[in-house]
Amino acid sequence: MHEEIFDVVIIGGGPAGLAAAVSASDNGAARVLVIERDRELGGILQQCIHNGFGLHRFKEELTGPGYALRYIKMVEARSNITVMLDTMVLAVAADKTIVAVNSRDGMIKITAKAVIFTMGCRERTRGAIRIPGSRPAGVFTAGAAQRMVNMEGYLPGKKVVILGSGDIGLIMARRMSLEGTRVEAVLEIMAYSNGLTRNVVQCLEDYNIPLYLSHTILAVHGNGRVTGVTCAKVDAAMRPIAGTEFYLECDCLLLSVGLIPENELSRELGIEMDGRTSGPVVDQLRQTGLPGFFAAGNVVHVHDLVDFVSEEGEIAGKYAAWHANGKMGDCGCLITVKAANGVRTAVPQVIRAVSGNTEPVRLYMRVEKPEKNVTLAILSDGQVLLERKLRVAKPGEMIVVDLPVENIKKIGDDITVVLKH
Amino acid sequence: MEEERRVSCIVCPLSCVGDVTIADGKVKTVAEFGCPRGEAYAREEVIAPKRMLTTTVRVSGGQLPLLPVISRQLLPKDKIISCARCLANVTVSAPIKEGDVILSDILKLGVDIVASRDLDAI
Repeated sequence: MHEEIFDVVIIGGGPAGLAAAVSASDNGAARVLVIERDRELGGILQQCIHNGFGLHRFKEELTGPGYALRYIKMVEARSNITVMLDTMVLAVAADKTIVAVNSRDGMIKITAKAVIFTMGCRERTRGAIRIPGSRPAGVFTAGAAQRMVNMEGYLPGKKVVILGSGDIGLIMARRMSLEGTRVEAVLEIMAYSNGLTRNVVQCLEDYNIPLYLSHTILAVHGNGRVTGVTCAKVDAAMRPIAGTEFYLECDCLLLSVGLIPENELSRELGIEMDGRTSGPVVDQLRQTGLPGFFAAGNVVHVHDLVDFVSEEGEIAGKYAAWHANGKMGDCGCLITVKAANGVRTAVPQVIRAVSGNTEPVRLYMRVEKPEKNVTLAILSDGQVLLERKLRVAKPGEMIVVDLPVENIKKIGDDITVVLKH
Repeated sequence: MEEERRVSCIVCPLSCVGDVTIADGKVKTVAEFGCPRGEAYAREEVIAPKRMLTTTVRVSGGQLPLLPVISRQLLPKDKIISCARCLANVTVSAPIKEGDVILSDILKLGVDIVASRDLDAI
C-alpha cells in the first residue's frame, strides 16, 4: 500500500477544511494534507452561486464559488499544503492512521500527528422524515437539485413543490424560477420560516410563490414520476388537521428539511457526540474528546454563515499544528457548557481553563423557538458571567457571544446558557 | 390614486414590516419601520426595487458544463427575468477567470455580467 506521513491531515476540502489548512500551515505545521472526495476544492460553496457570502470576513458580498476561490488561492500559495482530490477516506484509527482510496494510487495509508474533521453535513432525505405515498422519481433534496441546476446543467422538473422553508429551499425556489420552472408552493411545517427574511422577500415574494406555513405533505403520488402531492394544515402539535387536505400537481418535489453533520468517521472512533448538534463535543480549541483529533464547521454544528465556518477552521488548524509540534502543554481543567431554558445548542460544549490563556471564548448558540425581547444569560455557580439583551432571537440565526477571559476565571465547574423573559 | 403597500424590511434581523403609501409614483408616507435605514429601504423598494442577478451560462470545452455568473451591480427588479432569459442563450469557451466579462451592458442596462469563478479547459 502507498504510504505517506503528514503533521496535520484535514478530512474535507470545503470552507472549514481550507481555512484549517491555511491556519495549520501559518501556525507551524510542516506538512499539511487536505483530502477531498470531489474533483475540486470548495465543498458545497461551489454550487451556491448566489451572493451574500463573506460579509464578515472579506467585507464584501461574494458568491459561493467566489468565496471558495479566495481560500483555494491561499491554499495554493502555501507550498507545504498537499491536496488529494477525488480521494475518499475509508477509515481513521485512534493512532491517527488514515486509510483512503482513489483511482490513481489505489489504497493509501496516511500517518498523521493531528487530524481535523471537516466533513460538513448532509441533507435530511424523504426517508428521514417518512413522507408516505408512492416512491416515484422526481423527489430530490434541495441541495442535490442545486448541484444539478448550477453545476451539471440539468433541470430536475418543470413544476415544482418545495417542502421546507430553510434558506436552501428558498434559494432553490428562486433559482428554479429563473430557469423557467414554475414553483407551485413552498410548504413549512412550523408556524414560521427558518429562512432569512431577506430570502423570503427576494426568493418567494419576488416570484409570487406562495408560502404555506403550518403545512406539510401527507402523500406523494405518481407511478414512475411524481404527479402531485397531498398537502394539509397542521395543528400546534404538528398533526395534520382533517378536512384541510388539498392536492398540488407537480413533476418534482424538493426537500429542504434540515441538515445533519456527517460524522461516520468520528462515530467509528467512539468520539463523544452532542445529541443536540449531532456533532462531536469540542472545546474552544475545537479539539474533540480524543486528543489530537479536532473538528470544525458544519461537522460540529450546522452554521448559517460561512464566515463562522472559516473561523472555526482557523481555530482547529492552529491548535492541530500546536498538537503536532508538541506545543499544547497542560490541558487544564474542564468546564462543561450546558444549553437550557430556551437555548437549544451551545458550542463549544467544553471550555478548558488553561493557565495563561488570554483569548476570549466565543460561544455559538441557537434558541429553541422565535422570541422577542429576551435576555441571554451565561451563568456559573448561580453567578451571572455575562448578559446580552436580544430584541429578536430566531432558531435560524446563530447567536455569537464572546466570553472575556477574566469572566472565565470566575467560573465554577460548569456554565449554563439560558434565555430569561 | 393613492396606493398602500406592506413592505418587509431586510436591512437587519429585526425584520420590521411597515406600510408605505404611494401617490403619483411618489412616496407619501412611511410608517412602522423601526429606524431610518428601514425607511430608506422601504422608499426605494416601492419606487425602484433593485436586485443582484446570479445565474449560469453554458461553457464549451470546460471542466464543468456551466459557469456561474453575477451582475456587477444591482439591476432593476422587473428586468431580472429578461436578463436571465438573455443569459440562457450565451455560451462561453473555457478557460475562464473570475471577473472575466461574460456579457457587457446586458439589455443596455449599463451593467456587466461577470464570471464568479475560474474554470479550466478540459
